[in-house]
Amino acid sequence: MDKKNRHNSVARRTFLKGTTLAGALAATASLKAHAAPVSAAAPKKMTPPSRMQLAAETRVPPAEDPLTESKSGSDFMVDVLKSLNIEYAFACPGSAFRGIHESIINYGGNSQPELITCLHEEASVHMAQGYAKIEGRPALALIHAVVGVQHASMAVYNAWCDRVPVYIMIGNLLDAAMRRPGADWVHAAQDNAAMLRDCLKWDDQPVSLPHFAESAVRAYQLATTPPAGPVALAIDAGLQENPLGADDAAALSIPKLPRTTAVQGDSGAVEETAKLLVAADYPVLVADRMARTQAGIDRLKELAELIQAPVVDEAGRLNFPSRHPLNLSSRPSTPIRQADVILGLELSGPDWGFWGTVNRMNDNIVRRSHPITKPGVKTVHISALDLDLRSNYQEFGRFAPVDLAITGDSEETLPSLIEAVRRNLTDDRRAAIDGRGKKVADQQAKMLQADRDEAAANWDSSPISTARLCTELWDQIRGEDWSFVSEMLGISNWPQRLWAMEKQYHYIGNWGGGGIGYGSGAAVGAALANRAHGRLTVAINPDGDLMFSPGTLWTAAHHRIPLLMLVFNNRGYHQEYMHIERMAARHGRGLDRAWIGTEMRDPHIDYAKIAQGFGVYAQGPVSDPKDLGPAIKRAIDVVKRGEPALIDVVSQPR
Amino acid sequence: MLNVASRLFAAAAVLFLASGHLASAQDAQDKPQGNAARGKQLYVAEGCWSCHGYSGGGSAMTGPALVPMKLPLDAFRGQLRQPAAAMPPYTHDAFTDKDAADVFAYLRGIAAPSREAKDIPMLNE
Repeated sequence: MDKKNRHNSVARRTFLKGTTLAGALAATASLKAHAAPVSAAAPKKMTPPSRMQLAAETRVPPAEDPLTESKSGSDFMVDVLKSLNIEYAFACPGSAFRGIHESIINYGGNSQPELITCLHEEASVHMAQGYAKIEGRPALALIHAVVGVQHASMAVYNAWCDRVPVYIMIGNLLDAAMRRPGADWVHAAQDNAAMLRDCLKWDDQPVSLPHFAESAVRAYQLATTPPAGPVALAIDAGLQENPLGADDAAALSIPKLPRTTAVQGDSGAVEETAKLLVAADYPVLVADRMARTQAGIDRLKELAELIQAPVVDEAGRLNFPSRHPLNLSSRPSTPIRQADVILGLELSGPDWGFWGTVNRMNDNIVRRSHPITKPGVKTVHISALDLDLRSNYQEFGRFAPVDLAITGDSEETLPSLIEAVRRNLTDDRRAAIDGRGKKVADQQAKMLQADRDEAAANWDSSPISTARLCTELWDQIRGEDWSFVSEMLGISNWPQRLWAMEKQYHYIGNWGGGGIGYGSGAAVGAALANRAHGRLTVAINPDGDLMFSPGTLWTAAHHRIPLLMLVFNNRGYHQEYMHIERMAARHGRGLDRAWIGTEMRDPHIDYAKIAQGFGVYAQGPVSDPKDLGPAIKRAIDVVKRGEPALIDVVSQPR
Repeated sequence: MLNVASRLFAAAAVLFLASGHLASAQDAQDKPQGNAARGKQLYVAEGCWSCHGYSGGGSAMTGPALVPMKLPLDAFRGQLRQPAAAMPPYTHDAFTDKDAADVFAYLRGIAAPSREAKDIPMLNE
């Protein structure tokens, strides 16, 4: 830093009225005296100083410049984080947030939040996403300016689509006059959050510590109010690093975090929905990102049992016990086709949405779609998503012309809907409802048997079938307090089809935005949250996904995060393989080259060796199904000792 | 991208039902005429495995089980040329009738799985 800039910094650092700094007055005067001649006498062509010249200029600071400070702005920022009860800060180190990094580990005692070392910003955000899906409250992701934000952006999109609160702080050196040549410039932006804004609920760039405190509490409140979502604060490096005098510190205060509530659906519309459900011959309840807490699962169960309605859980979260006699999720089209009333609860995301639930669309040259519902079906959607949509990214899916769209949080609206249904139930309807329940239970039993038969048909396959993989794992965790923390579409939804999932933490849903690289980060974050509860955390992570962020394994090893990860190793980006097959078939060019650019072979990736290189206990590749059970048992023993473990399972494609 | 699986799920159901219906009528007339060894190579090279599994076991999310192969050869070839629902078409230029007969012979030669769910304790937990 040259003398001019250093002095400028002092002038700028009077960020709080009344802040005192030894020598500040003299320095400011010096700046004024120095500035005018430079401007007037500037040569037409200036040669920038060399590194050596800069070093020579800065080697010996003037005696009046302070070299130490007892407290700085970032200490106060940590006070704010503690007031918000933020447990962890996931971070890949970056100079733009060095102030708060140091304050967290020293001033804050590396507790509330504890700093979790990450090896990529995308992993930092995904870990915070996974953590929040277990705990229901946000963790902090600390992100370096510009390049760190760019790395993090896809994960922020996942969290946005997943409606998960992630609390992001982006370091940034806002004052151009303070930036040293080099990283201070290339890693600075006028508006870091700009590249994330389409997938943030809110962001701010505070210019003072009182401003920071207010915005920090506001950000937390907004992040956690349904529909939840990521928020970001760009925290200026000057604000972090400037000295904080005792008087100024004493003048600061932290606003109280308000207790918030979710929006409930309109009472009249709820009453109308209740009447529809009670009068229906075959009402179907469909839920996606509905159950934010265990209460959501319990309430949906209460409603379903009250009217003996089949439930389709589209599994954006665990919304309904998987083995419940009214759960027909294994064959969702079956109840949808029969329904005369369909109630959707937070149907979102690119895979389903309300439109995708009740329509099918082909993938041919001419794309055709058709409804799968009966003519005259009545449709109602309760969702808070319309309260917070963005225009650019199209994750909201196709418009669904439902009969009644109730704006409100489903979990919060269910109690009044249940009450309204009770009021409208008559004795004759109760008799009809009981009969329906028996038929639905029979359907469910047949679906479960069909799933078991399908699993048995591939039982001895090598590579190992996804059904066998999931069943071998289930066999060893079902007696434990377990938590499954990875998506399951790629493994044919076998956990939902075969396991007994009942509790909110038994399944935390999928990526959100379909961004690859979510799996291992979210699993580690969720496992960290589960560690405090003593739960056995398991994940089945796709191989291609793991290769986006393998460094997450090191984080698990370093922080002693107990997690059993089975690598679902089908040796390729299989969804994309099928897409290339489709294109080749469409052109009649043969499908024998579809592997080019989609498969990971020659050489095969050795995931066990990779994990071992990160210090993680690992086994594999396992391709004989008879070897899988014993391998899982050995790995669980390791996990129960508080360590992560990985098994590379060579698997069938789906 | 994500909707592909659900669409294929429907296609799988269609083909599964079709295979059962046709099997009983024409089982006897369809003794494999093709080269099963070559068919095995084609099954892998031409990507059949990607939806139906390496050993034809199928997946509810991508494609039905092909073992036991209950379709007669003509119906099998017809499904390749003009697939029901989501399966990509295999045109004659890219996949000849002989190719189809060889893969058919390979699939017919694979023994049906002998395990039943009731015999696997952990599947009944």
